[in-house]
Amino acid sequence: MLTYDPVIFSRILTGLTLFVHIVYATIGVGMPLMIALAEWIGIKRGDSYYLLMARRWARGFTVTVAVGVVTGTCIGLQLSLLWPNFMRVAGQAIALPLFMETFAFFVEAIFLGIYLYTWDRFPNRIYHFLLLVPVAIGSSASAFFITAVNGFMNAPRGFDLVNGKMTNIEPIVAMFNPAMPTKVGHVLATAYVTCAFIMAAISAMSLLRGRTHAYYKKALRMSMVTALLFSVATAVIGDFSGKYLHEYQPEKLAAAEWHFETKSHAELVFGGILTENNEVKYGFRIPFALSILAGGTPDTVVKGLNEVPVEERPPLKASHYFFDSMVFIGMYLTVVSLWYVIWFMRNRRQSLKKPHNRLLLRAVVLGAPLSVLAIEFGWMFAEIGRQPWILWKVMTVAEGATTSNHVDTMLWLFTLLYLVITVTAIRVLIRMFKHNPAEDEIKALGWEGGGKK
Amino acid sequence: MSYELVGITVLWIFLFGYLLVASIDFGAGFFSYVSSVTGKRHIIHKVIERYLSPVWEVTNVFLVFFYIGLVGFFPDSAYYYGTALLVPGSLALILLAIRGSYYAFSTYGIKSNRIYLFLYGVSGWLIPAALSTVLAISEGGYISEGADGSISFQFLSLFTNIYPYSVIVLALVSVLYISAMFLTYYASKAEDEGALNIVRKYALMWSAPTILASLFVFYAIQGHNAEHFNNMVDRAWMFVLSFLFFVIAVYYVWRRRRYGLAFLCVILQFGFAWFGYGSAHLPYVLYPYINVYEHVTNPAMAYALIVVFVLGLLILLPSLFLLLRLFLFDANYVKGIKNGIGGRSGKKHI
Repeated sequence: MLTYDPVIFSRILTGLTLFVHIVYATIGVGMPLMIALAEWIGIKRGDSYYLLMARRWARGFTVTVAVGVVTGTCIGLQLSLLWPNFMRVAGQAIALPLFMETFAFFVEAIFLGIYLYTWDRFPNRIYHFLLLVPVAIGSSASAFFITAVNGFMNAPRGFDLVNGKMTNIEPIVAMFNPAMPTKVGHVLATAYVTCAFIMAAISAMSLLRGRTHAYYKKALRMSMVTALLFSVATAVIGDFSGKYLHEYQPEKLAAAEWHFETKSHAELVFGGILTENNEVKYGFRIPFALSILAGGTPDTVVKGLNEVPVEERPPLKASHYFFDSMVFIGMYLTVVSLWYVIWFMRNRRQSLKKPHNRLLLRAVVLGAPLSVLAIEFGWMFAEIGRQPWILWKVMTVAEGATTSNHVDTMLWLFTLLYLVITVTAIRVLIRMFKHNPAEDEIKALGWEGGGKK
Repeated sequence: MSYELVGITVLWIFLFGYLLVASIDFGAGFFSYVSSVTGKRHIIHKVIERYLSPVWEVTNVFLVFFYIGLVGFFPDSAYYYGTALLVPGSLALILLAIRGSYYAFSTYGIKSNRIYLFLYGVSGWLIPAALSTVLAISEGGYISEGADGSISFQFLSLFTNIYPYSVIVLALVSVLYISAMFLTYYASKAEDEGALNIVRKYALMWSAPTILASLFVFYAIQGHNAEHFNNMVDRAWMFVLSFLFFVIAVYYVWRRRRYGLAFLCVILQFGFAWFGYGSAHLPYVLYPYINVYEHVTNPAMAYALIVVFVLGLLILLPSLFLLLRLFLFDANYVKGIKNGIGGRSGKKHI
């Protein structure tokens, strides 16, 4: 057993809550876009299969939104319950994006409620589609604001520190901190990729099981094209993130790459193990790649860990492996979605009739859990990589934590809660769709044929 | 008005909004469960679901909004309340989480699962109790600050003192009262006689305990925080008005007339009591540690928050209006008529 230390337990509990929340939050950010795309295509082409797709996706989405809302409420309040000292200081500077996030959430909640209960209420379908616009904007804006808060923790700006107290606060500068653009871009793009892959995997799984209705093929096509688009965007933004880290948080980048000596023409290490003497063994090395990632040219000098005091270094193993896993999965997702799009282009004319390549379908199915893992890995790298700071170079994690005596008990309670909720949510989702496949619903609605082909 | 007063007033208004929508929501969940145990679920369930389904998510936002606003305007409250409230706050969170997710599970997922309905109904009723202890704590006497600045929370005195109990009792009964009064109005709009008869009985049943519990709170606060009590006596007219609106509301429901006006009177009843209580509590957010004048955030942030708040309202109010128009003031929807075709009442629209 761990000995009781509120700091450790607060870290575990916060980490656990976020670990659970970001899965649902990612779905919450990405799905409105997917649903909107499906409904838009359905209306434009008069293809009722896409309308059904939007409807079925929205139905499952409600369940994930519910869990996302409650876990989001948990983390929102836990910020104050577990990190009161941090919130007291940071509340002075970052209350603005937190406050705006609740507005975005409000708009999303209102219009999602309206959207779900007005499927057949408007004679003109476009009005119903338009209700989804504020939902999508609201969910992406939430991600934007909350990520700006996290950006502030990585790159605190917009205040002067005088005797440990913040003065001359500029809320706008604090919100538009240097970490914000790459973080927000990365969060949004990866959320869209993940949702596209989850939806694609569901269709691919149905196809693999021999349910070859055109509905699934259309769903797969739409999801995979979206996935390709945003995987490429993710890679581009990932490159910008590297340059951001080089400029503002070189410690984090160096820890991710096990880069000890400050030098130019630095190589990128993939995998491998770190020995006691901080030597890298068995790693796959790409010459100059780290310098190019950091500054765009091979002669960029990249700061090494040797210049960072040992007590200010983030955990090296965790940083490196999480980072590598994230990048590897990102590449996998790009390759698979590219593979699908090439396959589709070559079989353009008969893509709805021709049986799909089974290996490709399996690769798509595997992409869904991997994309969720990549979200978790990337997030863990980002958070662990800024240890020991809660506010980069301003406040350490230990200084921000609560001193309460009961964090361990709360940790067990919340662990139990998340376990029960997640298991039930998965059961409910499986039952919702297993007992009601799309073919049956199409028959029941009399939509066979799906409008234009 | 100074910006600290603007801030706390805005927050208080939002908490009042939460009090109303959450009471309707919590009470409805509770009635929904009770009716399923007593075998009357089929009569009132449709009316409850038709109202709750589109709005359940919005309820939660009111609470988050209040809380984020409080921390934003008064960052020290995060420090004091955050340190002290770890246990009660976490318990309330767990209840909220169970309730929110099991609502979705039982509504969209597996129909009429007894366990889900139980978790949903009972957790909802306990949340007001958990949250209202925060109101009790704000009166002071349960949080103490050591010489080294460490904050500790006196559990024992919270449970051995009469004042917290009075607040909890009031929260428990008024949730049922507000909810039943609203459902009476909603059922009458839906022209659903069966449901109306049941919820009207609930409303009348819970009216007397509500007013008794209010008096009990008055009595208890006198012994606990005399300063606050005296401030409340200075505003006696607000509480008298509150009582007057209570009488009107119950009268109309009793006479089976003007249910809409009756519910408006319920809002005014709680509104006057709420703002009477709140204004008497000023200038303290947490007696005696957090004072709205001394512990407000820096001017730049306060200004930014107020600007954002005004802009936010410009988006929020029309949206809320649209929501209410579509699901509360749309006669066809309330009656369960879709596209002019009746008879498919209560059927889910997704």
